[in-house]
Amino acid sequence: MKHYDAVVIGGGSAGLSAAVTLKKQGIENIIVLEKDGETGGILQQCIHNGFGLQTFKEQLSGPAYAERFIDQAAEAGVEVLTDTMVTHIGADKTIEYVNSTEGYAKIQADAIILAVGCYERSRGAVEIPGERPTGIYTAGQAQRYLNIDGYLVGKKVFILGSGDIGLIMARRMTLEGAKVYGVAELMPYSNGLPRNIKQCLEDFGIPLYLSHTVTHIYGHDRLERIEVSAVDEKRKPVPGTEMYFDVDTLLLSVGLIPENHLADEIGVVMNPRTRGPVVDENYMTSVEGIFACGNGLHVHDLVDFVTMEAARAAEGAARWLKNGSSAGRVIRTEAGSNVSYIVPGLLHTDAMPGNVEFFFRVTRPLDAGEIIVRSGEKVLRTLKKKKLMPSEMERVLLTKQQLTGLEDNLTIEVKETE
Amino acid sequence: MYDLVIIGAGITGTMLARKLSAFKLKAVLIDRENDIANEATMANSAIVHTGYDPEEGTLKGLLNVRGARQYEQICRDLHCGYKLTGAYVAACGEEEEKVQDELAERAEKRGIAYEWLSGDEARTHEPNLSKHVTRVLSFPETAVVYPWEVAIACAEVAVNNGTELRLNETVCAIDRTDSGWCVKTDKGEYETKIVINAAGVAADKIYGMVGDHPSFTMTPKKGEYFVIDNDVHYTDHIIYPVPTAKGKGVLAVPTVYGNTLLGPNSERVEDPDERGCTFAGLDYVRENLVKIMRNPPFNKTIRNFAGLRPSSSCSDFIIEEAPDAENFINVASIESPGLASAPAVADYVIEELLKDKLTWDKNPDARMDREAPVVMAKLSEEEKKAKIAENPLYGKIICRCEQISEGEIVDCIRRTCGARSVKGVKKRVRPGMGRCQGGFCEPRVLNILARELNCSPLDVVLDSPASRILEKENR
Repeated sequence: MKHYDAVVIGGGSAGLSAAVTLKKQGIENIIVLEKDGETGGILQQCIHNGFGLQTFKEQLSGPAYAERFIDQAAEAGVEVLTDTMVTHIGADKTIEYVNSTEGYAKIQADAIILAVGCYERSRGAVEIPGERPTGIYTAGQAQRYLNIDGYLVGKKVFILGSGDIGLIMARRMTLEGAKVYGVAELMPYSNGLPRNIKQCLEDFGIPLYLSHTVTHIYGHDRLERIEVSAVDEKRKPVPGTEMYFDVDTLLLSVGLIPENHLADEIGVVMNPRTRGPVVDENYMTSVEGIFACGNGLHVHDLVDFVTMEAARAAEGAARWLKNGSSAGRVIRTEAGSNVSYIVPGLLHTDAMPGNVEFFFRVTRPLDAGEIIVRSGEKVLRTLKKKKLMPSEMERVLLTKQQLTGLEDNLTIEVKETE
Repeated sequence: MYDLVIIGAGITGTMLARKLSAFKLKAVLIDRENDIANEATMANSAIVHTGYDPEEGTLKGLLNVRGARQYEQICRDLHCGYKLTGAYVAACGEEEEKVQDELAERAEKRGIAYEWLSGDEARTHEPNLSKHVTRVLSFPETAVVYPWEVAIACAEVAVNNGTELRLNETVCAIDRTDSGWCVKTDKGEYETKIVINAAGVAADKIYGMVGDHPSFTMTPKKGEYFVIDNDVHYTDHIIYPVPTAKGKGVLAVPTVYGNTLLGPNSERVEDPDERGCTFAGLDYVRENLVKIMRNPPFNKTIRNFAGLRPSSSCSDFIIEEAPDAENFINVASIESPGLASAPAVADYVIEELLKDKLTWDKNPDARMDREAPVVMAKLSEEEKKAKIAENPLYGKIICRCEQISEGEIVDCIRRTCGARSVKGVKKRVRPGMGRCQGGFCEPRVLNILARELNCSPLDVVLDSPASRILEKENR
């Protein structure tokens, strides 16, 4: 069986960053397994600008952003297998994959980095009554048809969900000559980035219907009409508020779900909130030597953070390969009031490798809030912030010194302030 | 001149077509849909009931038991999925236990295996069974299939044996001729000795084309379901409540490929084109399932669907020569347990109704089985390697969720009765059945279809000819 020091599963933004970082850390014998025909992942179909402000201090398109990492990986001599689907991983860190050239193969890794990405929540998962005609697509699907295959999916469009891909597609389809009638969002606030609301909806006069959802689909062959209703505080449709739109296309942008089938099979402990693995400060999962990062760990708002997080996971893997497991006390991180989740979820406070930046999201929009990080009763850090949105990932850094020796679980809460 | 025109390519029509194709008969199978098994056969509970439920003295009772016993062999011959799950009929309290007693009595009389379990015993096997369940009547021989897979395979066998298949053809008129009937569709005319009306929810409309006073009307009943992700292991057995006058109730069904079906409700619909899900219907399923089950995994739903049961004004199957139309045979009202009964329905039609009307020379070239499709997931590592070496497309995974290769997709398009639509591919080899519901693979399947059918991607359809997926080229 072929052996690698580290195997990266997934060659998207997370996987490429992890691979490049592994090489930088002196882990030479590595391979990236990518299921698609090329690396770069979903970035390849995101031809709009806005990637890389954090990483490169400039605005790049998705493919251009991907290109930089593809080049870096090539320069570093990272071995990549494309069109290669991993079918199984073992807790013993064997990996089985299939492709057209080798058929079925099994390799042995010392460390595995899961950089598997996420998938779009489908119509089935959101329960829209009515018929099942053609003309209903996830936003990412329509994006692929348009930007990779070169086909527009329809002319009269409505969008359910104000996720970023939906907003981007509202603009993109408008520019391609389609008429976008509106975006309905179940929640009383948008799930997309404020800049996308501005640039993709407001600038084109596309209405955003907050606290609304699609309540019926009409059309036997092709979508003909949708019913949109307002919802109450319990998110139940309010009778009498129905609006009808005669559209041939409904795009769904109703959430992304980390793809964790491989990790599930070997019993990696998951966080039910993120639907990704629980990881420690080294980004190691509950299975020794298996690491996770990117949208397969938790769904990010910006690719720059994916890149950054994947680099940290690779550093964690490199450390583990050199030094073995962290010993000593383990504490958990706990989401306090107004916080939906925190990554990482576990900390080895006797063996902190360095500072830790915690990623978290708020559960609801807050005009102003105070971020409070505590360990038991002890307040470690407070931070005032304006405009906290569930659509934006929040970050808070704690130093190695602050974290070392902590005994009580670490809580992050956000207190609403005036 | 045809011997037979069969109207309706659902499980009833295809099962009959396959059995008839063993003989030298000229037959044509006509369906208005763009694929085989596109209506009731596509949207039901997928269960091969053993036959303890229908009342004594009914065709349902007679044919269900006989049909169910043929399924395992048929699925083996056709290389179709068949999973012997067993079924639990769960009673909560004495009243419901009395109904169980009646079922057990019928099972005893019909030679159907059953056993009794206390609520607690049953819960050790099925921990998600509600604590309110007091007693379980277990039927170890109940199985599940993919109904459309069986129907497609039957059609394939029939067509390979010489039966003609006409999809996308709507029957507009049926006229009496000297020698039988002339079936007129929107695309052509078929002179035939015999017409078989297996038109499902449209059976009364078809019958109305020949009979002055049709003896039945279709009263379709809608059933709505949840499909649960196959990473949830919810039950091993099919779990039913005790049946009521309304039907078999809301069930939990483990499917052949590891998903769970939760449903259905049963709601009479006036318009047979009204086949979508409703909030009320799905709420009904949610509320009723918890009477016998706990921890319902509705949050892991990957799809909802609704199907129309071809129920009629008659409570039993209607399988007879129309009293006012010689050589016009109704095979109608084949609602539950229609799937389980289908092989015996075909036998009954042949033995009881067609025997004296046709000449029954064996077709010496007929093969009743079909060539096994390549299913990569079922092969050993060595076999997989060999297959991929032979055809690299078997190594190119298109559907991530269900891990289906391009080779398998190409095969299902190229074989007899092959897929002509994205849904057709999904029905045959399952890309799009998984948790992403085609989010990733649909564009790839579309391109494979365009290549294999030698058409533009713009002409690839989801299902019906009018259901094109792409609007226009953008560059």
